[in-house]
Amino acid sequence: MKQLSKKKETWLSVIGIAAVYIIVSVLEIFIPSTSILFTVLKKGAIYALVAVSMNLLNGFTGLFSLGQAGFMLIGAYTYAIFTMPVAIKLTDSVYKYYHCAIGFDMGFLPAIILAGLAAAAFATLIGIPVLRLKSDYLAIATLGFAEIIRAVFQWDELGPVTNGANVMREYLDLSHIKIPFTNIPFPPTLFVFLIAGICIAIIVLLINSSYGRAFKAIRDDEIAAEAMGINLFKHKELSFVISSFFAGISGALLAMFQYTVQAAQFKTAMTYEILLVVVIGGIGSVSGSCIASFLYIACSEWWLRFLDDSQYNVLGLDILRSGFRKVVFSVIIMIIVLFCSKGIMGDKELSVRRLWEKIQRKKAAKKQTVKEGAENE
Amino acid sequence: MNESILRLEDVTMQFGGVVAVNNLSLEVNKGEIVALIGPNGAGKTTAFNCITGVYKPTNGRVSFHDQVIAANHPHGKMKKNYAGENGDRYQSEKTVSHTPDVITQLGIARTFQNIRLWKSMTVFDNVLTAKHMRAKQNVFTATFRLSAGEEKRMRQETEALLEEQDLLRYRDELATSLPYGTQRRLEIARALATEPKLLLLDEPAAGMNPQETLELAAFIHDIKDKHGLTVFLIEHHMDLVMQISDRIYVIDFGKLICNGTPEVVQNDKRVIDAYLGVAEDA
Amino acid sequence: MSFLQTNLPYILAGISVGGQYALIAIGYTMVYGILRLINFAHGDVFMWAGLMMVYFSASMPLWLSIPMVLIVTVILGFAIERVAYKPLRSAPRMSIMISAIGVSYLLQNCALYFTGGLAKNYPTLPWISDTVTIWGATTKVVTLVTPVLTILLVIVLVLLIKKTKIGMAMRAVSRDFETSQLMGIKINTVISVTFVIGSLLAAVGSLLYFTNYASVTPTSGSMPGLKCFVAAVFGGIGSIPGAVIGAFIIGICENIIKGLGWTTFSDAFTFALLIVILLVKPTGLFGEKVTDKV
Repeated sequence: MKQLSKKKETWLSVIGIAAVYIIVSVLEIFIPSTSILFTVLKKGAIYALVAVSMNLLNGFTGLFSLGQAGFMLIGAYTYAIFTMPVAIKLTDSVYKYYHCAIGFDMGFLPAIILAGLAAAAFATLIGIPVLRLKSDYLAIATLGFAEIIRAVFQWDELGPVTNGANVMREYLDLSHIKIPFTNIPFPPTLFVFLIAGICIAIIVLLINSSYGRAFKAIRDDEIAAEAMGINLFKHKELSFVISSFFAGISGALLAMFQYTVQAAQFKTAMTYEILLVVVIGGIGSVSGSCIASFLYIACSEWWLRFLDDSQYNVLGLDILRSGFRKVVFSVIIMIIVLFCSKGIMGDKELSVRRLWEKIQRKKAAKKQTVKEGAENE
Repeated sequence: MNESILRLEDVTMQFGGVVAVNNLSLEVNKGEIVALIGPNGAGKTTAFNCITGVYKPTNGRVSFHDQVIAANHPHGKMKKNYAGENGDRYQSEKTVSHTPDVITQLGIARTFQNIRLWKSMTVFDNVLTAKHMRAKQNVFTATFRLSAGEEKRMRQETEALLEEQDLLRYRDELATSLPYGTQRRLEIARALATEPKLLLLDEPAAGMNPQETLELAAFIHDIKDKHGLTVFLIEHHMDLVMQISDRIYVIDFGKLICNGTPEVVQNDKRVIDAYLGVAEDA
Repeated sequence: MSFLQTNLPYILAGISVGGQYALIAIGYTMVYGILRLINFAHGDVFMWAGLMMVYFSASMPLWLSIPMVLIVTVILGFAIERVAYKPLRSAPRMSIMISAIGVSYLLQNCALYFTGGLAKNYPTLPWISDTVTIWGATTKVVTLVTPVLTILLVIVLVLLIKKTKIGMAMRAVSRDFETSQLMGIKINTVISVTFVIGSLLAAVGSLLYFTNYASVTPTSGSMPGLKCFVAAVFGGIGSIPGAVIGAFIIGICENIIKGLGWTTFSDAFTFALLIVILLVKPTGLFGEKVTDKV
């Protein structure tokens, strides 16, 4: 079997990833921007980032946390509040019932980073009590914190900052992003892909580093990990904070994509969706989470939309109507959980090396059958 | 000359109504191989767990290189319920306790009665991960590959360790796919990766046949000399114990019943009654 | 005395909803005690019991629809266990929890689909929906019936667990799952009985709860579900009296907070309580500490 050199493997991976970005750019140039394809790509990339961040925590460190929605909420609101132009903050077009307390604004890039940092800050505090709990209790405690965060953001008293239960809008969304030093609008889908891509790349670097191995050791057997000198709390907190940092950034991206945000949308149901994406893709596989995220969003926003449309009803049965899509989804998810619990990728990654070996094996098998065919004549 | 590496003084461990370890005092000196033996349930692994910080002893003191690493005395609710001995000897002392990772940092490494290798990792990664503790890096330098030198060093040392234990040919196999005896050697190699001065082995020969046990004896001597270790082990295979130990401590129902060289222990009546029994053709 | 006067309606409401929470919390604590599973779907089974009542009473007389609701809810709980939890009994803990979340998601989406997203009005049950005045406060009869009925049912349940063979089997299984199997206890029967009892109590709870809060939506079960789990943890997971006491405390405090005007935080209070109890005494009020063997 022909061997694949490490250098060639790296080159092929880089070309593969670059190809994705080139395809996205080409699509954006030629297809009208209102196409549903871009909604799917943008939302898919955002969910891919938050799914990978959840996988870092649940799949690689073994901490079953259900708090992602809370950290996305923090990220989204931080971004919205700090990029809303001061001029608009002073009027009552958004802060209708409150006098806005934040008197300045900033550009989108620092705001995105701030969004991540804000989520990370909350995670640092929450992690201290919560990370010493056993797995099922950890799940409920993080879920509880996410609900508390949502209640706090909708609290009347914090209205001057968060606008209470009202909608946040008029901040720097995707239509306002320009290529630096020019006035040309930056292609929005490419922008989302770039930010999400960079973040996912950082997470992959972390997973393949010494700390990533420590996380996996904690997941596999934390008593042995502790006995080998790995401080459990420090490493769990690290994983928790980093995961929340990226969840915060994905929240900021979601705010940019949606043009409006409201605390009420960040319910526990959103965390469940992300969890289901992670399970479908394979717990412990970054590429699995990415693929599953795009599949899920594509089905949910585009391909399976017809399930909700009553005009496709056949035989006079009024089955297809609003809400049917979600029912079909839930059934598919239960089937996956019960029968293919490993998900699409299991705990393996999509890698050039594995594809190469598969192709080589197929080639060798083909050669073998041709040889046998020739011998039999 | 006889530098004390590990010292237990009046260590007692009480769980609810059960006194698992009662007033255990022992000493391990530099370069020795000392064994802790006794019937099942005597409290041997509990004693190990008190040393490594998994449990906090109810009473007594544990010292490593004359530095106190665990110390406690019955206080609060425990004072009334204490059923061990010498409960008042350490009353005035400060309590000291560390989590197991700190104890490993100080230079004590251990293996487990039931092998605890990391199932999803290869043989190489199992040992490499144990090197994480001593690496000079933080999460940023590691992630962004700024500490690539450290990573390289860890990998070289891991390779050297695996080579030494003749495990290098399994390097990319999953740790759990190895035969049982080899897994035990891997667990010891992993413990060695933490650069310990004292190695605690919990039943290293469990499940091994006589041939493997013989090889293990040579193996333990080997690594002790190569790495300048002191070894403290729990074992049931008496041939291994009698063959390699410099001294033996015998424990029954949590209490020390005898200690000394293998000849002394083998002939002690209390030990024979409680544990060893008499050879059939005596 | 005037504090009592102004707050009596809230305290009464608290006792009433506390009793309803207790009936649901028992289901959580029993399932967790035996399977170590947080049955995320339990709250949604409770919600479906409410929905079923709405649909049945539209086409059947009440004396028929009430027992039908009880029976169908029990069948639903039983079916969920057999289909979604039994196959995963030997899988890692995360898998079965994810399955429970999946079932919860499925139940909510089915409810959303069938109701079209509109809130359904719960039928008025005779006698318990009547208003009555007590100590100067007006409330419904259900507020007084609930605590009494709850305590009665709990007594019956505790007797069942202490005095019957199946009860002993349940206690054994929650102590040590594997050994119980080795001792010949029919695990499947024990687990099914647990789910049947839990679902039955949840159905009774729904009859009382929705008489008070007369509208049923697909999400009517998720918040009470989470709160009832917190009640079970608070009281000590695996302990039935603990779950009941925890539920009453949560019900009363929640309503007092509403009475003080902090309505937005009445839900958050429950979670704050959860976090406090997990930090201070994770085994709950009546729970027992279990040490890990290394």
